[in-house]
Amino acid sequence: MTALLQHPGYDEERLKGVAEKLPCREVQAGMLLSLMGQPHQYSYPSIFIYGHRASGKSHVMHVLMKELELSHATVSCVECVSIALLFEQVLLSFFGCDAASLLPRSPSLSDFVRVYRQQCSQSPAKQTRYIVMEKAELLRDTDASLLSALLRLQELVEDNVTVILLSEIAWDKFRPNTGCFEPLLLHFPDYSKSELQQILSQNVHPSYSAGFYSAYINILLGVFYSVCRDLRELRHLAALNFSKFCEPLAEGKVKETDTHKLWKHIEPHLKKAMQTVYLREVSSLQWEQMQQMEEEEAGALRGLSAHTHVELPYYSKFLLIAAYLASYNPARTDKRFFLKHHGKIRKTNFLKKNEKTSNHLLGPKPFPLDRLLAIFYSVVDSRVAPTASIFSQISSLVTLQLLAQVSHDDQLDAPKYKCAVSLDFICAIARTVNFDIVKYLYDFL
Amino acid sequence: MLKLTCFPTFSHFAVDSHIIMSKRKARDAHLPVGECIKQVQQILRERFCERRLPDRLEGVEAQYKHLLELLRRTAIHGESNSVLIVGPRGAGKTTLLQCVLRDLQKEEKVQKNLLQVHLNGLLQTDDRIALKEITRQLHLENVVGDKVFGSFAENLAFLLEALKKGNRSSSCPVLFVLDEFDLFAHHKNQTLLYNLFDVSQSAQAPIAVVGVTCRLDVLELLEKRVKSRFSHRQIHLLSSLNFTQYLERVWTQLSLPDSFPDKKFAQEWNAGVKTLCEDKSVEEVLQRHFNSSKDFRSLHMLLMLCLSRVSVAKPTIKPADLLEASRMCFADTTANMLHGLSILELCLVIAMKHLNDVYEGEPFNLQMVHNEFKKFLHRKSNSMYNFEQPVVMKAFEHLQQLELIRPVDGSSAKVQREYQLMRLTLDHSQIMEALQKYPQCPTDIKQWAMSAFG
Repeated sequence: MTALLQHPGYDEERLKGVAEKLPCREVQAGMLLSLMGQPHQYSYPSIFIYGHRASGKSHVMHVLMKELELSHATVSCVECVSIALLFEQVLLSFFGCDAASLLPRSPSLSDFVRVYRQQCSQSPAKQTRYIVMEKAELLRDTDASLLSALLRLQELVEDNVTVILLSEIAWDKFRPNTGCFEPLLLHFPDYSKSELQQILSQNVHPSYSAGFYSAYINILLGVFYSVCRDLRELRHLAALNFSKFCEPLAEGKVKETDTHKLWKHIEPHLKKAMQTVYLREVSSLQWEQMQQMEEEEAGALRGLSAHTHVELPYYSKFLLIAAYLASYNPARTDKRFFLKHHGKIRKTNFLKKNEKTSNHLLGPKPFPLDRLLAIFYSVVDSRVAPTASIFSQISSLVTLQLLAQVSHDDQLDAPKYKCAVSLDFICAIARTVNFDIVKYLYDFL
Repeated sequence: MLKLTCFPTFSHFAVDSHIIMSKRKARDAHLPVGECIKQVQQILRERFCERRLPDRLEGVEAQYKHLLELLRRTAIHGESNSVLIVGPRGAGKTTLLQCVLRDLQKEEKVQKNLLQVHLNGLLQTDDRIALKEITRQLHLENVVGDKVFGSFAENLAFLLEALKKGNRSSSCPVLFVLDEFDLFAHHKNQTLLYNLFDVSQSAQAPIAVVGVTCRLDVLELLEKRVKSRFSHRQIHLLSSLNFTQYLERVWTQLSLPDSFPDKKFAQEWNAGVKTLCEDKSVEEVLQRHFNSSKDFRSLHMLLMLCLSRVSVAKPTIKPADLLEASRMCFADTTANMLHGLSILELCLVIAMKHLNDVYEGEPFNLQMVHNEFKKFLHRKSNSMYNFEQPVVMKAFEHLQQLELIRPVDGSSAKVQREYQLMRLTLDHSQIMEALQKYPQCPTDIKQWAMSAFG
């Protein structure tokens, strides 16, 4: 706290307000403030702040800028699909809308710097201006010179301006290959378990005591901490499951202090939440409804991924089965599986188990169309003519993304495909046509 | 942070200055400490952000003289010249040029005569934009209200006409400064460079073209016709300073000028800086920085970090500040990111490391990583980390978002997510170091990571 309160040039009352709003981030905010210096002094041209998701990067910047009333432009690089939007936003928040309208239709960096300089000479900076760019990793995908230019913007526009980049990715992955002006690197460390506990315990439910709520947070962290350290996600989960935690209390079965019983009640529930809500299988709304329905077990509702059953025409099913077999079986075993009189194939030769990894580990292999059709004719019982409808079914399987075309689209003769469905899915399909697919899979012999 | 401990010195200092002030009856103004610190911050910050040019250049006197002489010949005698300033980043190329221009401007004849055009390869990304910028900076007649009329071809023709009409004696010399010169060489047909060098070769209006670049092989980028028109005059700014000079540089960068309002404070500050530079531990730190890079910009960054720790309560730079700043500069960014991973993500990273060891850097997919992880769990018969496949996949995707793993080929749409081939971008030592620093890392996981081949 004290570190924050001693920055000359800023209003002390406001600094106090800042400190209150930034729990567990006083050190970082203090360091940032001392780097920024007093409002009228020059700050370093560019500062790069990195840290994990939800480690308070944007929040700290936002609170500092808002509370201390510094002149700033906050730009999210996700929103700026073209650099014109970025320039517009910066000019808008520094000089008002007149400046933004001075930009030509599709502005280049040169136009931006020209307009900026022009405006700047009319209203010179009394304080440092800050440009905060969130999700800065997207800047790499835009114009190659944009990032380099932003890093040395202070020199280019000759104004007291500092660019602050926020990102989840380390700076090493940003550096252009001809080099650039190196920014000051600042790391926002992740919250430790006790810090998470402290922050999450802040939003206490008004009708319960603080100790009770923090016991709940403790249990929640015990289940989720090894998987998820994202503060936002944890906060969301805490809010969702709290009503379930209070249930035995409302029924009058246990007292607030009886943590063990409360833990026994909530723990399986939280474990179930990890498989459903955490993966967004079940939406938060559905989860809340499920909690209210007493008789129905949580998770009994089918989630998103349970809806894998797809209704397909008869031949399409067999085509898909054939594609799966072609993808996951080596071609040399086709004779053994699909020919009635396959002659002599020695068993030892056939079961070459020196292949260490199974195909279900390596993923599907590409196969030519001929092989697909050959397997298809041998697995389907009746005689099927190779009509246009069969071929159109293959291409419609590709558009459904059940098959993937590996070769180029324009190749008409001997195109290659890959099967893109999972084992569970194909087993379900095979069951509907009474086909025992496991018997034909090389991996499961 | 550290402030309370230093408080006594501050009060002592304040009293001290107060006494002296009354003694000397304020002959030269003594400012309160807060004001002094403010001034110090102001001056040094401007210096480190390179907002103020140094009065005198050190170590590049020969280059300075060469460039000054060259530009003077253009400005006064009307010779056309072209020159390239080449040097690594942060070596002081722009500073050299700016100093030369500043000193050139002091001569009255030059001041009236010379026109300057500054272009930057980062901003003027193609010739059309560059041409617009040139017309604008030269204030040519067809520029009305900052709008340029006419097409590219017209514009170029007009500009060339204007330059061609001139001759050595009558017309005004123009200085073209091309920052990030190598980027101009990537323009289509190098039209701009060709025309500029062509004018400088033929007896037309006197122009000087100064290119500033950090690429040593910049001449290889030029087309033959452009290259033949260039004078092949290069000024290299390769830093040849040794460690004592480096230390001296630190000292000059940190010390206050004579013009500082409070003389007493400036003296004490300078003395403090001197003792700082003589400190053994400081010398060690600086040696380390010197060994990693000789450029001044990284030095400025280090000093800026030190300066930010100076406050009213602590009005000097202590060796501890420098040590702390150096620690910040040398922090391993990837290790910092690994520190924040969850246990599950860390386990996946270890599994990937084992896969890399066994299959000698072959790419892997999620299935293989999960299989490796399951083998570990099976061996340990520990159900604590028995997560479902989708949870593992979420962790895997988070690693991909952090760019700790990278897909082998870009065509992600065609392959299922669990079969997409990936490569690990971390090396062995980074993982082991992160594991040592990881807070409350379970022992069995540590052992698993240590064991060779999973």
